[in-house]
Amino acid sequence: MLYRETGQFKTTYQSDSAIFPILQDRIGLAVILAVAFIAIPATRNDFIINAVMTPFLIFALASIGLNILTGYTGLLSLGTGAFMGVGAYACYKLTTIFPQVNILVWVVASGFFSAAVGVLFGLPSLRIKGFYLAIATLAAQFFLEWCFIRVPWLYNYNVSGAIEVPQRELFGIIVTGPRATSETRYYIVLTLVVVLTWLASNLVHGRIGRMWMAVRDMDLAAELMGIRLLPTKLLAFAVSSFYCGVAGALMVFLWYGGAEASVFGINQSFTILFMVIIGGLGSMIGSFMGAALIFILPILLRFVPESLGLPLQSATVEQLSFMIVGAMIIVILIVEPAGLARLWQITKQKLRVWPFPY
Amino acid sequence: MKVRHFISGMACASLLAGGLLVGAAQAQDSIYVPLFTYRTGPYANSGIPIANGMHDYLTMLNERDGGIGGVKLNVEECETGYDTKKGVECWEQTKDKHPTVVNPFSTGITLQLIPKASVDKIPILSMAYGLSASAVGKDFPWVFNPPATYWDGMSMIIRYIGNKEGGLDKLKGKKIGFIFLDAGYGREPIPLLEQLAKDYGFEVKLYPVAGKEMQDQSGQWLSVRRDRPNWMIMWGWGAMNPTAIKRASENGYPMDHFIGIWWSGSDDDARGGGQAAKGYLALNFSGLGSNYPAIQDIKKYVVDKGKSQVEKDKFADTFYNRGVYNTAIVAEAIRNAQKITGKKVVDGTDVRRGLETLNITPARWKELGFPDFGAPVKVTCDDHNGHSPAYMQQWDGTKWVKASDWIEPMKDKVDPLLEKAAADYVKSNAGWPKRTEACDKSS
Repeated sequence: MLYRETGQFKTTYQSDSAIFPILQDRIGLAVILAVAFIAIPATRNDFIINAVMTPFLIFALASIGLNILTGYTGLLSLGTGAFMGVGAYACYKLTTIFPQVNILVWVVASGFFSAAVGVLFGLPSLRIKGFYLAIATLAAQFFLEWCFIRVPWLYNYNVSGAIEVPQRELFGIIVTGPRATSETRYYIVLTLVVVLTWLASNLVHGRIGRMWMAVRDMDLAAELMGIRLLPTKLLAFAVSSFYCGVAGALMVFLWYGGAEASVFGINQSFTILFMVIIGGLGSMIGSFMGAALIFILPILLRFVPESLGLPLQSATVEQLSFMIVGAMIIVILIVEPAGLARLWQITKQKLRVWPFPY
Repeated sequence: MKVRHFISGMACASLLAGGLLVGAAQAQDSIYVPLFTYRTGPYANSGIPIANGMHDYLTMLNERDGGIGGVKLNVEECETGYDTKKGVECWEQTKDKHPTVVNPFSTGITLQLIPKASVDKIPILSMAYGLSASAVGKDFPWVFNPPATYWDGMSMIIRYIGNKEGGLDKLKGKKIGFIFLDAGYGREPIPLLEQLAKDYGFEVKLYPVAGKEMQDQSGQWLSVRRDRPNWMIMWGWGAMNPTAIKRASENGYPMDHFIGIWWSGSDDDARGGGQAAKGYLALNFSGLGSNYPAIQDIKKYVVDKGKSQVEKDKFADTFYNRGVYNTAIVAEAIRNAQKITGKKVVDGTDVRRGLETLNITPARWKELGFPDFGAPVKVTCDDHNGHSPAYMQQWDGTKWVKASDWIEPMKDKVDPLLEKAAADYVKSNAGWPKRTEACDKSS
């Protein structure tokens, strides 16, 4: 009923191969964007904006990055956290060396540093595959994390070994540092994430994305069809690391406001990998769904006992939410191994014929 | 069938959303003291006794005195798991409820919160942890780290070693090993240690322990065995401490030449080493045992009534008392704030002034029910730390015993470093706000 597409005729190839061919999807997207751009900042609730939405968007961006590599190109990577770190440290160095340049320029530029490092560690991907590649990227993770701790130049010889975000302005509005309002920061993150998602979506639906998927499905066949493996795989590493790098820079500059090297540890890599797997490998919307499930759900679960009036200790609630989220991950992976994105697709298919299934 | 699933799903979702909204609304006729604690995660063994101590002392004040100045304390724990991300979440979650003071109990979280404190008008009490430079009140009006900084602690340890060697000048040519958690916390004292090494002519060997290998440490102790330092100093936390103590005894390192900072001296840390850990030393600034009237009151009003989560045999152990010490400072700051402002229900702005006029003399410690529990602490507008002395405690195989008198820090060595670090911090954080808060007379 909701998804009845009767009467929506496609008269051009362009409209037939659109990413959102159904009108309802386009309306839905517009509603989501309206909520994100208008309704959420209108709540003026710092907790929702600062501790829920901004991190969610940043994690979604990092998930898109990893999804390009793992989901679309089929290259398993455990170095996401380190690539995010490269972005964050690059942005920090750039803005402390050239403080007069607009911070957003550096946030995006730091992505290119991350991309370069990603390409470097992606080189072995031509020779090794699967779990072996995962181990190679794990080496990147450990090596880069070691650099973040051991190369004091990266954190400007700060005694505490942490990077602290200086205050920067954009058109006279403070955008980073503690005095930036959460709404400003949220808008910047949201805008960047929307633009980058749109770019990524176009990328994976076009020629490059098809090359990646061909390599994922069978690299030998792809090679025989004339796809050059090394440039394709390296491009996937570059784009993926670019997204992760920007996500890392956003994370430190617009969310944390400062970070220690441990933030970019192996746990971060695993968190992003779980988001991608739960959300759905090779799906844009899956990246967002995975980030929401892994990041937002535990936060919401924390409020359930309180709202029900159960006098539980905060530590107990924490343990419970660990267990519930863990159980949910298992259930979801049993019900639909292809992730939440596939689940959403099935639901959509059902809704199209509801209430008269055939 | 599907519709039912859909409806139940919607019900769950709305429940969750409802919970989020309820979380924000709270009554405002009590003094709100959030406790950032961690009873989960890799550092829980250090976090649990502290959490219990903090929680139980404030609960005792509620039960015995009906709160502070007749106003009940609303004590609420927020679980951080020693995770920076969750710590920031806790801050966002509590800040709308007008917290009086925040105790992050993690150097990583403290570093994130320091810039937020002045913006959200919530003072941070990072008791003898966090950023040493935040002791400089003119640059960090909203951050307090009494009774001593890490640099004070390091200078006390060196002073103690000097005493044992027969004078600081006897340190010349000695080798001192420093094993530390490779994070902001562990690296912080290194500049001072290197400075002191230069001044007194001893050699420093560094043994960093990364967070993920803190339960192994075999590589580090192999190096210790090779280098044979005369003394070992440790800046460890969580599971790193018992492992280091165990490794030290396995490697035959003389335990009475192995000294931990105050965060490496809990009962659980040493108990892991058992009899072999006998002789291990650690700094401490809070009293040992339950032989204090206030601690007895906690037992009477809280523990015996089943209002505490503490296990009976862990009541009043070192870190429990450390938690009590922390909240004793909080309570005193709230009292000061009430005195200065004349208000009963105080908020963060008032308690900041209360902390700035904190002056706990030996007589005041006694009045509070803690005779000789801690050294006198005096915080002023310029000095947010106090640089109070600490004492050395020694593990006798089953419990900690006091092993020295109060050891004074080397203020002349620490102060220049503090000033410089604070200036660096302000310089590297462009746009750091100038202090605008007026200074109160000490009460």
